[in-house]
Amino acid sequence: MTTLTKTEGERAPSGSEAFLSVRDLRVRFSTEDGIVKAVDGLSFDVERGKTLGIVGESGSGKSVTNLTVLGLHNPQTSTVEGEIVLDGKELVTATEKEMEKLRGNKVAMIFQDPLTALSPYYTVGRQIAEPFMKHTGASKKEAKARAIEMLDKVGIPQPAMRFNDYPHQFSGGMRQRAMIAMALICDPDLLIADEPTTALDVTVQAQILDLLKDLQQEFGSAIIFITHDLGVISKMADDLLVMYSGRAVERGTVREVLRAPQHPYTWGLLSSMPRLGGDTAQALTPIPGTPPSLLNPPTGCPFHPRCGFTSEVGGTRCTDERPQLPDGRGAACHLDGEQKQTLFIEQIKPRLG
Amino acid sequence: MSDKLTLPKPQGPVDGAAEPLLSVEGLTKHFPIYGGFPIKRKVGAVQAVDGVDLTVGVGESVGLVGESGCGKSTTGRLITRLLEPTAGRITYSGQDISHASRRQLAPVRSEIQMIFQDPYSSLNPRQTVGTIIKSPMEVNGIKPKGGIEKRVHELLELVGLNPEHYNRFPHEFSGGQRQRIGVARALSLNPKLIVADEPVSALDVSIQAQVVNLLQKVQEEMGIAFLFIAHDLAIVRHFSQRLAVMYLGKVVEVGDRDSIYNRPRHPYTHALLSAVPEVTLDDETEDRERIRLAGDVPSPIHPPSGCRFRTRCWKAQDKCATEEPPLIQISGNRDNHLTACHFPEDPTTEARAEDVVLDPALAALEKEAE
Ligand SMILES: Nc1ncnc2c1ncn2[C@@H]1O[C@H](COP(=O)(O)OP(=O)(O)OP(=O)(O)O)[C@@H](O)[C@H]1O
Ligand SMILES: Nc1ncnc2c1ncn2[C@@H]1O[C@H](COP(=O)(O)OP(=O)(O)O)[C@@H](O)[C@H]1O
Ligand code: SF4
Ligand code: SF4
Ligand SMILES: [Mg+2]
Ligand SMILES: [Mg+2]
Repeated sequence: MTTLTKTEGERAPSGSEAFLSVRDLRVRFSTEDGIVKAVDGLSFDVERGKTLGIVGESGSGKSVTNLTVLGLHNPQTSTVEGEIVLDGKELVTATEKEMEKLRGNKVAMIFQDPLTALSPYYTVGRQIAEPFMKHTGASKKEAKARAIEMLDKVGIPQPAMRFNDYPHQFSGGMRQRAMIAMALICDPDLLIADEPTTALDVTVQAQILDLLKDLQQEFGSAIIFITHDLGVISKMADDLLVMYSGRAVERGTVREVLRAPQHPYTWGLLSSMPRLGGDTAQALTPIPGTPPSLLNPPTGCPFHPRCGFTSEVGGTRCTDERPQLPDGRGAACHLDGEQKQTLFIEQIKPRLG
Repeated sequence: MSDKLTLPKPQGPVDGAAEPLLSVEGLTKHFPIYGGFPIKRKVGAVQAVDGVDLTVGVGESVGLVGESGCGKSTTGRLITRLLEPTAGRITYSGQDISHASRRQLAPVRSEIQMIFQDPYSSLNPRQTVGTIIKSPMEVNGIKPKGGIEKRVHELLELVGLNPEHYNRFPHEFSGGQRQRIGVARALSLNPKLIVADEPVSALDVSIQAQVVNLLQKVQEEMGIAFLFIAHDLAIVRHFSQRLAVMYLGKVVEVGDRDSIYNRPRHPYTHALLSAVPEVTLDDETEDRERIRLAGDVPSPIHPPSGCRFRTRCWKAQDKCATEEPPLIQISGNRDNHLTACHFPEDPTTEARAEDVVLDPALAALEKEAE
């Protein structure tokens, strides 16, 4: 593998070498209503063999970020700025032909709704085998054998027979398994999973999540796992990025972020969510207000209209000055380190029951 | 575990004091499937709900959980009489309403209201918020003290909306706000029972708690009973005093919150609870049992014979295929905790000596990794 040449300050959270490195990414769409700043200055790293979780509410820019990594945006309506370096190669400036070679080979994707990714007109088997033929030059027979092997691996019963089924003949859980088979068949270095289990039932979700984790052990791929569910993230990810309004507001290992969160938005997510072991007499603490508009994002800190801690910062910093997310572990918030710690321990943690 | 049975006890609210407001016995809905050409005839049926027993006490909140397609919404729509039952009995306040006509239903209808999952499609986009909230009162000829307009303003305030929003249209509101409009509309007729079908599932994580807290306020302060339908087990636990777990058209276990979440007996309840991804906040290692089922829920067109869970159950024996287990208070259950299973599990959710992993792909990968 190639070694990355990196400048100072562009280091992965844990200090080891990043396989995917995104720097100051900005994605804008021009719409009838104006410019949508879907992603606004996002930086993160993904390490080989590790899982980066991205959480955030809908519209926070999770999907746009990852479609951008895959080069799937229409250049007519969108502009992309910043840097995406995958295994030493710059992707923002890459040609469509180069990107096509990457997709399905080095980088693969699993979507929330397998029906949008699978064509209804071709058999499941053919759709799994084709990218393998295209990227490895394998014969039709070899590709079929490999596809059947993959279907078996992801738990499709009687894979040789089911190879000839069409997507509508599969249940929701089986379709998601087929998507995983299709994504992994070329042994990708990076797998992007965008809410892969949101549409599934909870018992099926548990099966699929464990399956993905076990397969990662075997294939050694890096995974970007996108979800709005903190519970799912805590089971799947090593590192975690919390997104709000097109920006990363907190970053750290999953342990760090979930056990000692530093950003008021992360606090809000945790205290608004009931838990199976929680105290039912304790009322939930919702995040007030509504998610921000991306056409007219709030000034300063994008969370300030909903934040209960602006007075702790004092003055008008929260409304005027955009807080920066430090490299490595940290949160984009004007509260100082000690405030973040004491406020969490004294005011937030007791509510988490 | 013994499968010795004790006599069935009637279900009822936990404290046993309140009389049931709603009671449902053997409730069944089969949707016919038509096929054939040129003459269409019935070729089968979706057994969406098949013999459900359920009670809701006055002011009580009962949760209904289960996986997609198990019949939760259909049950809710039967109870609110948006659907006609195929069989079974629905008794509301001592009155049999299973097949009541529109006219007979009229007085009851205002007392049972429904809140829907999708705050987008359940509100008429061409009506103002004021019209949406007041029309049930007009239709039912209800004249609140101080007039309809005043009542609408009160309701808007109660659900946390600005009364100045009276003349706005639904599309001007966010999902959470639209759900509040739905709640205000449901409250306009002073209901005694609200069937809430996945009221927060379509909302953003950061907004769900706002609506859950509002519904809780309504339930506690106004004494309105709830049938709370949801697939999120943590939210249902937070909201409901009692709970029914459904699988493929049947209630497989029912009991108070503690019995279901801490002392479950039905293997499916165990599997369901064990599948919930929980955020672990402290350093304690996970001490919950791990159960991973195989495959998906079978089709309700051809449900398995006997116990419907048997095709995915690790405890299944021959008896499970031939005899349907009745929903009863099996030995070891507390009062009002009923379980439909021939070979129930121990009443604990603690980790087992060995995980139950039925998924063949998972089992293979985990064996390899050892
Ligand atoms: N009008 C209908 N005609 C035919 N089948 C129906 C009809 N309505 C529901 N069903 C079927 O009945 C079963 C139960 O549906 P229901 O909507 O009650 O499930 P649910 O438990 O609410 O699921 P979800 O969690 O997905 O909302 C499903 O198999 C569904 O496809
Ligand atoms: N093709 C597009 N044109 C205009 N706006 C878009 C487009 N795709 C996404 N957006 C907007 O970008 C924002 C972020 O979207 P997305 O990344 O899909 O959010 P999520 O975090 O839910 O995945 C949203 O406001 C969305 O409406
Ligand atoms: S910067 Fe200010 S508004 Fe933003 S999260 Fe921190 S305290 Fe809240
Ligand atoms: S009756 Fe049999 S198949 Fe059904 S849940 Fe109990 S043990 Fe499993
Ligand atoms: Mg998305
Ligand atoms: Mg439903």
